[in-house]
Amino acid sequence: MSASHGRPKKGSLPPGGTAHSAKGAQTSATFLLDGQPVPFDEGQTILEAARAAGHYIPHLCWHPDFPPHGSCKLCIVKVAGRHVSSCAMPAKDGWEVESNTPEMNGERRALLQMLFVEGNHFCPSCEKSGNCQLQALAYDLEMTTPRFNHFFPDRPVDATHPDVLLDFNRCIFCELCVRASRDQDGKGVFALTNRGIHKHLVVNAESGCLGDTDFSKDDAAAHICPVGVILEKRVGFAVPIGQRKYDARPIRVVAMEEDKP
Amino acid sequence: MPFELETAANRENLRRVAIDPVSRVEGHGKVTLLLDEAGIVQEARLHIVEFRGFEAFIQGRPYWEVPVMVQRLCGICPVSHHLVAAKALDRVVGAVPVTPTAEKMRRLMHYGQILQSHALHFFHLASPDLLFGFDSEVGRRNIVGVAQAHPDIARQGVLLRKFGQEVIRATAGKRIHGTAAVPGGINRHLAPEDRELLQGQADQMVAWSRAAVDLARRLHETDPALYDRFGRFDSGLMSLVRADGALELYDGHLRLRDAAGTVVVDGVADQDYARLITEEVKPWSYMKFPYVTALGPEAGWYKVGPLARVQNCDFIPTPLAEAERQSFLAYSGRAVQHAPLAYHWARMIEMLHAAEVIRDLLPDPDLLAGETMAGGPRRQEGVGIIEAPRGTLIHHYQVGDDDLVTWCNLIVSTTHNNQAMNEAVRRVARQYLDGKTLTEGLLNHIEVAIRAFDPCLSCATHALGDMPLAVELRDAAGDLVDRRVRDG
Ligand code: SF4
Ligand code: FES
Repeated sequence: MSASHGRPKKGSLPPGGTAHSAKGAQTSATFLLDGQPVPFDEGQTILEAARAAGHYIPHLCWHPDFPPHGSCKLCIVKVAGRHVSSCAMPAKDGWEVESNTPEMNGERRALLQMLFVEGNHFCPSCEKSGNCQLQALAYDLEMTTPRFNHFFPDRPVDATHPDVLLDFNRCIFCELCVRASRDQDGKGVFALTNRGIHKHLVVNAESGCLGDTDFSKDDAAAHICPVGVILEKRVGFAVPIGQRKYDARPIRVVAMEEDKP
Repeated sequence: MPFELETAANRENLRRVAIDPVSRVEGHGKVTLLLDEAGIVQEARLHIVEFRGFEAFIQGRPYWEVPVMVQRLCGICPVSHHLVAAKALDRVVGAVPVTPTAEKMRRLMHYGQILQSHALHFFHLASPDLLFGFDSEVGRRNIVGVAQAHPDIARQGVLLRKFGQEVIRATAGKRIHGTAAVPGGINRHLAPEDRELLQGQADQMVAWSRAAVDLARRLHETDPALYDRFGRFDSGLMSLVRADGALELYDGHLRLRDAAGTVVVDGVADQDYARLITEEVKPWSYMKFPYVTALGPEAGWYKVGPLARVQNCDFIPTPLAEAERQSFLAYSGRAVQHAPLAYHWARMIEMLHAAEVIRDLLPDPDLLAGETMAGGPRRQEGVGIIEAPRGTLIHHYQVGDDDLVTWCNLIVSTTHNNQAMNEAVRRVARQYLDGKTLTEGLLNHIEVAIRAFDPCLSCATHALGDMPLAVELRDAAGDLVDRRVRDG
């Protein structure tokens, strides 16, 4: 897989056009997403502009409430022969962007396959099944095998908090909880530590235990995990499998309705 | 040689025959036969490796995940594990009792499982052998062969099983690996359209189940010399029964009847099972050997499953099955029927009972509406016992204040039947082992004996004549005399 080298920082691109100070649709800049014209405002990322125009681009670490994070690369698209993260890349007038193509979806499938083997994702007995974005993307992108060897990392659960369980086995290091706890809850309960294969999520407490923080099940961070790490206790399978978020409709449909900015 | 011969008086003089649903070959069964100097089978050992390490998966996990997770531990009867884990954990969340809706939904699911499992076993796995004979052409001994020779029987078998699966789907949410039973209750009601669908077929299922009992009885009656003697041994019978002594497969108390038919232990609450049973560890087996503590390991082992249940209860609380039970008892002159092949007959009586229970339960309004969850003071520990298709199934959990399972103990039906299966194989081997050569015919007979118990072993899910087995024959010095391997 070719990496997205030289991804420009936000705002570092020269302005794509100058003609959209007025709000008129005719004057707004446009790029082509899989051949379809997508208008955008200056500074808007490809992913944001695409969503605003009703086009879904898969994503995991991106969330409408937060600045782009650019870590999961599920939002990968092809622009002028380069692979870029659409959640972080500002759109540019006249670009031809490829997203829903066999090539890009193949890249995404490979990324998912790596995520699946890196943690311990055992969907059949996972209480997040049906509400999990990783699983929903795997279904939607037709990932049928793990393909790589499982790492089977040893990641014990943290059950010290009275209301919330942390099952680190499923963490994909999107840092949404880190960001939500810091920026929305004003608490800074979570952090990522180490790099590469040793990367893992930690709790900011001397003991390392969630029970020793001021974390609450009502925190924004308690509800933001796209997978099954941060779980309200004693809920489990209260909602039957089959009646869950992604059971009836694929994530590409749900995501466009749910997190509308 | 570390190989101990524990039941024989002169161990050093025994020769060894290993029939090896082999541990080396994945999914094979391995039986070791130990011969004495006269060439008589002294002991049989069925080596079972499937039930290792359950605990490692469960301990350290949150309790609410357990009823779903345990379904993965055993591919053979997931619904039974699902329900019994939920029952055990009802205790932990203080849901004693659960709501009427939860109780009835689970009960319906359970009897659906009994029906589908019994139908699968009898029609797909056992009937070919019973209809065509143990030594008949292997290629014929499957449900396809049955369909050619007896199209109605095969068709009814397939549809009975399908009906049981539909009951499971309607109650559990999915045909396999449902998530409906949760600690404290159930997470769904029965959909009105599912009830209608099932009610439309229920009478037919009862009628076909009656015909199946009839078939099992006729098989037995046509060749009593075989059916009454094949692999026969006497033992106690253990099962749950209802407070009034009725056959009860979802919930009840433990009862033990001795081989002569006298009730020796009764009224043991499920929470107290550990006071009744000891699990013996033997060096040659991964699977433990439970026995009734008060009677000791020699006399205290027992059999579980349909043959035990149908005779351990005082009556079956549905009329058609009870009538069949009466004729079952009459056949053996009301003496306890111990013949392993009578399991099939008893199994079909239970299938009829399950069909009646399902039919009678379906109109209940609590299935469609009503409170689904209950709760109460938290407890640290809970035991659940259910009569799974193959026999008594026990789950026992301890849960910490942090909601994680700290300890668990699972005793599956096949473990309860461990000693009984060894005994049946020994008897059969005694009857059919000729000299020092292991024949295909002997393997077939051993297979039939094992299969009568419907053990939850992957090797036992193969069509008859196809069970993967490996056979070793060794002399007293431990030297290999003969070995026979059959792949499934
Ligand atoms: S716990 Fe969830 S939200 Fe936090 S980094 Fe891991 S996957 Fe992302
Ligand atoms: S969504 Fe763009 S990198 Fe994760």
